Amino acid sequence: MMRSRTVTFIICFLMWMLLSFRLDWQHLAVGLIVALLAALAMGEMFTDSAFKWFEPKRYLWFFVYIFVFTWECFKANIDVAFRVLSPDLPINPGIVKVKTILKTETALTFLANFITLTPGTLSVDIDRGEGELYIHWINVRTQDVEEASRIIVAKFERILKEVFE
Amino acid sequence: MRFIRWLLGFLSLSFLIVFIFSFLKVAAAAKIMLFLLICFSLALFRIFRGPTPADRSVATDILGILVIGFCAVLAVYTGKDWYMDIAIAWALQSFIGTLALAKFLEGKHLDE
Amino acid sequence: MNEIISLLFIVIGAMFDLFGCVGLVRMPDIYNRLQASTKCVTLGTCSILFGVFIKYGFTAAGVKALLCIIFLLLTAPVTAHALARGAHKSGVKLWEKSVCDKYSETGS
Repeated sequence: MMRSRTVTFIICFLMWMLLSFRLDWQHLAVGLIVALLAALAMGEMFTDSAFKWFEPKRYLWFFVYIFVFTWECFKANIDVAFRVLSPDLPINPGIVKVKTILKTETALTFLANFITLTPGTLSVDIDRGEGELYIHWINVRTQDVEEASRIIVAKFERILKEVFE
Repeated sequence: MRFIRWLLGFLSLSFLIVFIFSFLKVAAAAKIMLFLLICFSLALFRIFRGPTPADRSVATDILGILVIGFCAVLAVYTGKDWYMDIAIAWALQSFIGTLALAKFLEGKHLDE
Repeated sequence: MNEIISLLFIVIGAMFDLFGCVGLVRMPDIYNRLQASTKCVTLGTCSILFGVFIKYGFTAAGVKALLCIIFLLLTAPVTAHALARGAHKSGVKLWEKSVCDKYSETGS
């Protein structure tokens, strides 16, 4: 409980310092008071176990995640621009179902974000109990659950498992 | 028929882009702002024509993201810093507004 | 030199914004519109903000542009997800040439 509030306080204060970007005592005092209030009010909701924030291995994997994310995002944009500008609109859409092995809420949120910004897929709904995602795919290559999970989510699951679980 | 419509749209868009980038004698940031105005007009077209309320919500969301880029280019054009404050405030505000619209589409109350 | 690189990033971002908006007009149903417009407009606006960051460097405006990129990358996919789910639950049909719809088969 106390650790969770401390992590929230540090993140709020850092965000405030970056936003104001000036080293007066007035800015520091206002930032301290507001970050303290936010940590007292919202600290329990922010993170479920605070120990994960103090392991440096996770930050290393997070950098790998950022690089893979940027590259996939760039590929997605080239793909969508090609589809939009071609005259006969080569799309073949449909909603498919995939399975995932991730369990925690944060990892599922980041997986959904990743799926939305990678080529041709958009997450529609998440079933947390059974670990299933419903995905709108702009160019359906297969309707089988295992095959679709292998194509869409398998290459990101390992990185996200190292970062968030 | 379909190919003719595509050709018409492609020609008009490319004519506008060539006109803005080569014949107008204004600063480079002002050219990019005019270019973004074309994007605004396309999103506004979808707001007018959208057959369902969901289409209009999507176009409103996209319009909100475009305004952030417009504020950033405006900060470069005028040299004033506080346009970036407007951009950050607009990003958070349009996020909350679009979430409220999505809950309204789903047909639930806001506190669920 | 910095001016030229930042202008290059801003022009590329504006081009991707235009592609996203053309997709918003051309695509046949709401899910495809969400696909095209969310991807292209999010990365285009991020590219514009990155150009602003390169122009200003680590000053107040530049750091605000970086924070704005982080907010945008965290919030734009969430709004797309919420809008798609809300549209499907409010009864918007898929395009008539769609292949399959596994989501409405579950009855939820």
